[in-house]
Amino acid sequence: MIEVQQLTKRYGDREVVRGITFSAQRGQILGFLGPNGAGKTTTMRMLTGYLPASSGTAKVAGYDIFTESAEVRRRIGYLPENPPLYPDMTVRSYLTFVAKLKGVARGEVAEARDKVIERTGLGEVSHRLLSHLSKGFRQRVGLAQALIHNPEVLVLDEPTIGLDPRQIIEIRSLIKELSGNRTVILSTHILPEVSQVCDKVVIINEGHVACEELLSNLTKDGTLEEVFLRYIAQDAAAHGEAVELESEVLTTGPGAEE
Amino acid sequence: MRNTLTIAGRELRSYFVSPIAYVVMTGFLLLGGWFFFNLLARFNYLVSMYSSFQGGREAMQRLNLNEFVIAPLLHNLSVVLVILVPMITMRSFAEEKRAGTYELLLTSPVATWEIVLGKFFGAVAFIFVMVGLTGVYGLILSAYGNPEFGIMAAGYLGLFLLSVTFVTIGLFASSLTENQIIAAVAGLVMLLLLYVIAWPADTAGETMGGILRYVSVTEHFGDMVKGVVDTKSLVYFASMIIGWIFLTERSVESIRWR
Repeated sequence: MIEVQQLTKRYGDREVVRGITFSAQRGQILGFLGPNGAGKTTTMRMLTGYLPASSGTAKVAGYDIFTESAEVRRRIGYLPENPPLYPDMTVRSYLTFVAKLKGVARGEVAEARDKVIERTGLGEVSHRLLSHLSKGFRQRVGLAQALIHNPEVLVLDEPTIGLDPRQIIEIRSLIKELSGNRTVILSTHILPEVSQVCDKVVIINEGHVACEELLSNLTKDGTLEEVFLRYIAQDAAAHGEAVELESEVLTTGPGAEE
Repeated sequence: MRNTLTIAGRELRSYFVSPIAYVVMTGFLLLGGWFFFNLLARFNYLVSMYSSFQGGREAMQRLNLNEFVIAPLLHNLSVVLVILVPMITMRSFAEEKRAGTYELLLTSPVATWEIVLGKFFGAVAFIFVMVGLTGVYGLILSAYGNPEFGIMAAGYLGLFLLSVTFVTIGLFASSLTENQIIAAVAGLVMLLLLYVIAWPADTAGETMGGILRYVSVTEHFGDMVKGVVDTKSLVYFASMIIGWIFLTERSVESIRWR
């Protein structure tokens, strides 16, 4: 479903993403893990066609992200780190707009909108202005806009960041529920989230893949935290960089174990 | 085309829910009303003065509404547009970039030119409403006097073409930055330059002077206000509008080259 080959992003001399390679099958939820600044967002932006890659290739749903960008964009639902909301629109008018933009057929726009409002539990706020919504609801609208054209691939960039524990649980179960036979890429630096939601884990550090493994294989030897830190340390050593443990990944997020 | 209309519709709606648009429109109409009132008062004063002394009859023949009211009114309005159009267009791209909705637009299956044209038509529709409302002055003059309709129509055509050209330049300025203030100032400076670019024409020698006059928006607009609709002017406005839209498209697309 998603095949990434040696994808690289350079800004001048600085390589932000250095030849990463990974894949995800249909129906899998792939946890995209890494310290802040590891290149997670950049990779997702390349996959969704927002940024061009400097080199390498990737296929999403069988379409090349360079040569068939429009086809890829038709099949991807993307929730950026900040939900892309127009504050002056109501939930309904916003979702109608996005549905048209994503190429939902004219006669099916209203239906797609109502369905997605129901699935993401936005019914009670559907006539409110987006600027008046709480963070949790804004995140749900963000999910709703990613889902509205029923895409085969969902790309979610830190979907639970900044939410309170109850909202985090809600969004997580929503993601699990929505995945179905879609492929989901979920970036996060909250480890418990991965163990609860994902089937497969890709850990990236300093722009390269430190580990690509099914979750069940990973957690055989130790907790995810230990595994994560070990891979990051190994990767850093292998690339001759100072080992700098990101204590943040251990302590953020509810349920993180010390 | 459908995508363009979707974006244009959202754009136009957002103008009418934003306070900036109402402030700009009110300001424009207020100033327009002030100009109209004063020009008309001066015209009345001249008429009564000339009719009060002998030999004034002859001078009265030269007083006409087109030359003494409509032409200066349109010139004044064009100066106000130099200042106000950048205030209208400043948010079109800059605000999307700041709010993150740019990511939504660029990751949707929509071509760059559709986005640019959508923004363009939205802004043009708003400007047409705003400038069109000043048409009421023409109606008032027609009801109580006898201005020459053809000259007036040519003048208004000039004002519309001028404002559409200004919109494309404002959009281009907005596409360069994510800061609305910078977009407004850059747009204002570019429009002012275009407005005064022919100032050195008389002393710049024949060839250079001719070029400067042709590039200057004021020359073509001035001709049309006098009632002269030259093909040269129409070609000028058409090439300006298409040229700046093209540059804006390149500027938006350039995110994909970096």
